Amino acid sequence: MIAELGHYALVLALGLALVQSVVPIIGVRARDAVLMGVAEPTALAQFGFVTFAFGALVACYVTSDFSVATVFENSHSAMPLVYKITSAWGNHEGSMLLWVLILAVFGSLVALFSGNLPDELRATVLAVQSWIMAAFLLFILLTSNPFARLAEAPFEGRDLNPVLQDPGLAIHPPLLYLGYVGFSISFSFAIAALLEGRIDAAWARWVRPWILAAWMFLTVGIAMGSYWAYYTLGWGGWWFWDPVENASLMPWLAGTALLHSALVMEKREALKVWTILLAILTFSLSLIGTFLVRSGVLSSVHAFASDPMRGIFILAILVVFIGGALALYAWRAPLLKQGGLFAPISREGALVLNNLFLTAACATVFVGTLYPLALEAVTGEKISVGAPFFDATFGPLLVLLLLAVPFGPLMSWKRGDLLAVSQRLLGAFAAAGFGILVTLAVQGRPALAALGIGLGLFVIAGAITDLVERTGLLRAPPATVVQRAVGLPRSAWGAALAHIGLGLTLLGIIGETQWGSERIVSLKPEQHVAIGNYDLTFEGTVTRDGPNYRELAATFAVQRGGEFIGMMQPSKRTFATRSTTTTEAALMMQGVSQLYLSLGDPGPDGSVTVRLYYKPLVLLIWLGAVVMMLGGAMSLSDRRLRVGAPKPGKRKSEMQPAE
Amino acid sequence: MTRKQRRLTLIGTGLGVLGLAAALVLFALKDTIVFFNSPSDLVDKHVGPGTRVRLGGLVEQGSVTRGENLNVRFQVTDGNRAVAVVYQGILPDLFREGQGVIAEGALEPGGIFKADTVLAKHDEKYMPKEVADALKKQGHWKDDYGQKASIPSGKSQ
Repeated sequence: MIAELGHYALVLALGLALVQSVVPIIGVRARDAVLMGVAEPTALAQFGFVTFAFGALVACYVTSDFSVATVFENSHSAMPLVYKITSAWGNHEGSMLLWVLILAVFGSLVALFSGNLPDELRATVLAVQSWIMAAFLLFILLTSNPFARLAEAPFEGRDLNPVLQDPGLAIHPPLLYLGYVGFSISFSFAIAALLEGRIDAAWARWVRPWILAAWMFLTVGIAMGSYWAYYTLGWGGWWFWDPVENASLMPWLAGTALLHSALVMEKREALKVWTILLAILTFSLSLIGTFLVRSGVLSSVHAFASDPMRGIFILAILVVFIGGALALYAWRAPLLKQGGLFAPISREGALVLNNLFLTAACATVFVGTLYPLALEAVTGEKISVGAPFFDATFGPLLVLLLLAVPFGPLMSWKRGDLLAVSQRLLGAFAAAGFGILVTLAVQGRPALAALGIGLGLFVIAGAITDLVERTGLLRAPPATVVQRAVGLPRSAWGAALAHIGLGLTLLGIIGETQWGSERIVSLKPEQHVAIGNYDLTFEGTVTRDGPNYRELAATFAVQRGGEFIGMMQPSKRTFATRSTTTTEAALMMQGVSQLYLSLGDPGPDGSVTVRLYYKPLVLLIWLGAVVMMLGGAMSLSDRRLRVGAPKPGKRKSEMQPAE
Repeated sequence: MTRKQRRLTLIGTGLGVLGLAAALVLFALKDTIVFFNSPSDLVDKHVGPGTRVRLGGLVEQGSVTRGENLNVRFQVTDGNRAVAVVYQGILPDLFREGQGVIAEGALEPGGIFKADTVLAKHDEKYMPKEVADALKKQGHWKDDYGQKASIPSGKSQ
């Protein structure tokens, strides 16, 4: 019964979405406030119905109602409760419902927090938002109904894919979708601006919080996914340049560019046409990502299944939304008035450079991801494009971008002075040089790695320089510094934090890839193995039973410099229901470095094969992303960026130094 | 700077960065891509020793032998031809005889394929798409493989 109610709620939500797609637009045309006002209650009601449907689906999983097809396919009565809940979206149908739920969340947030938008703009934005909603609700109802019943209810379910029985499934997909789907709002705003043929700095101010929020979630969502793959796949890798990963990286790159270009638009009314295009492209890339993952056209290390009908449906959604948006753009964008001028060497110029590098980097990822598909379609030749391609293309572009990062925030708007900025960055240059020398002295070769460390330090020190300059830390008396630091816009702190995070991630990447070590050995009990400065003793294996698996765990005692520092216990789990084995790596933190143990096959004589990794600085990769997210949150809390326009009375206090 | 010069500088920089990206992509596509081959392709296309390729097929029944120091030797077959593969390291959890596998590496002068990466999928029902296509091409696609691939029918993430 609950499944049918959930299904019915989805149908009702679709009906509302169709109403919301049309009526507000008619209202805008007819200048009818009542018709325009329809959008808000329908958006909230849609949220209510979709939430109910999602709750119904989770209830089916929690009660192990195996008469529902997806529950039968993906759940098992012996699973712990948390995995029963998460398995609701650990499959195609459920994850699409989660996608739509998050779309509904954003739709209702726009309805709730856009009180100070002009009525026409708000009505149009909500209508466009509802077009997307209607398309995906139709997709779910026609091709991927999560509530479909089986004729005869089986006694037991098939269990969730054991690789997914992990807390990561509770965190990663929701965060990632919050990012993907969050960019639908800037898309809707862009379409609304094109439809109205009018756009100004206020538009950028309204849309920027939404971009920031989506970007934060996407950043941390990608990082979480990376960490999950790192500890769960047992290969010690954190990024495989896999199509599914690239699908999430592309909107991130475009979204990061959008974040920066919207800044120019808000402050200087320049780059309007470009910002609109980026807003369209970012969400298009999110849709393409959904298509790549959900249609199964690409084979990937993350196994996803395919169904041609779904692929064609999502492809149709892609064509309509991306094609339609770009056509509208080509038609209407020339109507938008160009904004302020600026010299090439200026804050705007630096942000343009940022956009150029980010979009070029995004394009290389796009080519690398889709070229194999295109080539196979044209010539039938199958190829794989892997890490070497991306290292050779994405890498250099990103290095150039990182070199430019510290200069941007120190430039003044309109016309900057490169020499003066370089002088102010002397401290950052010194930090980088010092880092390079120390790295060369301590680690020696490769020289490229030392330069990488230098680059990371340069980015971090550059961001700190910006804060030091603005607070006058080295020049003004302490009281003034504190006063200035408090008065500094939060968005300035946020930008500096985000750039620091970027530098931290780079340091982590360099550390892990350049100085990490790996050993694969076969050990009998009481035998030793050394890696890095650590010495591990294999103490034996134990077998134990989990809720729905049997586990073989090997115990290792870890010593450093002859001193015992802890035990590590990697294991292998066998899930009888799917006759599958998973590898559970053991991790030991040492500061921001990690020891990583993953178990291979046990031998007949009580020996085990084990893969050992020492991964220096590896945690910085993800900590950097978390710092970036905190930077985003800091900016989001800036008074000037509170959702909606600022109160007129406060305008004066906003003439603060530009960030 | 005049308006025109500013615009030209902007356009010039843009084209410069895009040109750089295009050059990097073209350069990398020449050197870094790896072709997928079935054992028959290896022979038919005269893939020489030292060329990096992906070899895909089924692990032949009864062909896996394990040696000292985690050395493994097995045959990859597409039904018509088989190639001997050597690999040192831990095989993926789902590496089994009779199942699909992809090995990346290069042929040695003696005709043995030395793999440095072995991929098997994380779902036991999953057949890598390339392997399935290669088997179909060789006429050795059996329906039960198809069934294995279709049982999850879109339900396994």
